[in-house]
Amino acid sequence: MTFEQLIFYVLAGIAVLASIMMISVNNPVKAALWLVLTFIATAGVWIMMQAEFLGIVLILVYAGAVMVLFLFVVMMLDVNLVKLREGFTRYLPIGVLAAVAIFAMLYMVLGPHQFGLDKTGEPVRFAADYSNTEALGLQLYTVHAYAFILAAVLLLVGIVAAIALTIRRRPPHEVKYQNIDKQVRVNPKERFEMVKMNAVKEKPVAPKQEGDE
Amino acid sequence: MVALSDYLVFSAILFTLSLAGIFLNRKNVIVLLMAIELMLLAVNTNLIAFSFFLNDISGQIFVFFILTVAAAEAAIGLAIIVLVFRNRNSINVDDLGSLKG
Repeated sequence: MTFEQLIFYVLAGIAVLASIMMISVNNPVKAALWLVLTFIATAGVWIMMQAEFLGIVLILVYAGAVMVLFLFVVMMLDVNLVKLREGFTRYLPIGVLAAVAIFAMLYMVLGPHQFGLDKTGEPVRFAADYSNTEALGLQLYTVHAYAFILAAVLLLVGIVAAIALTIRRRPPHEVKYQNIDKQVRVNPKERFEMVKMNAVKEKPVAPKQEGDE
Repeated sequence: MVALSDYLVFSAILFTLSLAGIFLNRKNVIVLLMAIELMLLAVNTNLIAFSFFLNDISGQIFVFFILTVAAAEAAIGLAIIVLVFRNRNSINVDDLGSLKG
């Protein structure tokens, strides 16, 4: 066993064990944390396949942002865990059966007799100064520039949708809102009035006279 | 040397585990969403493995876009879960049958 294989099997073993824990643990918070471990181990496997940028993005975006969002939601909702566990043992046999059957079919297609090293040959190894980020960026900003912009629009739509779904309008006596329509529509004449006034000349104060005292 | 089939079998194992997770945790919407994320991860591993062995960066471009879409999907899915919980006070899948005629 070479060193590379050792690293691969360690990372793959961690990922598989963590995902087994994720589907079998009964607390959603713990499940989310096991899923984070799966993501980190898989990111290691991706980096082994010379996809360094995507491996780091997986850790930053997935383990860092999406799973934190999951944890936020799980902790915010007061979930009745006992009810959600009903039927776990009832569906265990059929779940395992379906999983084993589908894995057997996948193995027939993906196994070593189809994609072994003797069939695919050695992958190309890049030199140490090869930049995966640069190669990816060159493709993204030239060939796939349109799709890249569409992805940005999709993220914007995602933000708008998530906010629009969860925003809670409270009645106006509880909280004051800006009425932006009204603010934009405002006319200077409603706010500011010129009043014509005649200039009033005040009488000069009489100089103090000495003899009055 | 790690063969292509090793990477593919690894991603197949992750995929089947998340499928089993969908079967086992069929009451809890949050765990269902997590299992879907795990499935996407398995598919992405497949794409990257083929990108590595065929020396073609297009597979990684695909993964990049799948990650983008999956992030948006997770955000909207969680927003829907929060909304459902606010209205029904439960995220049990069995309680969400009001569209059933």
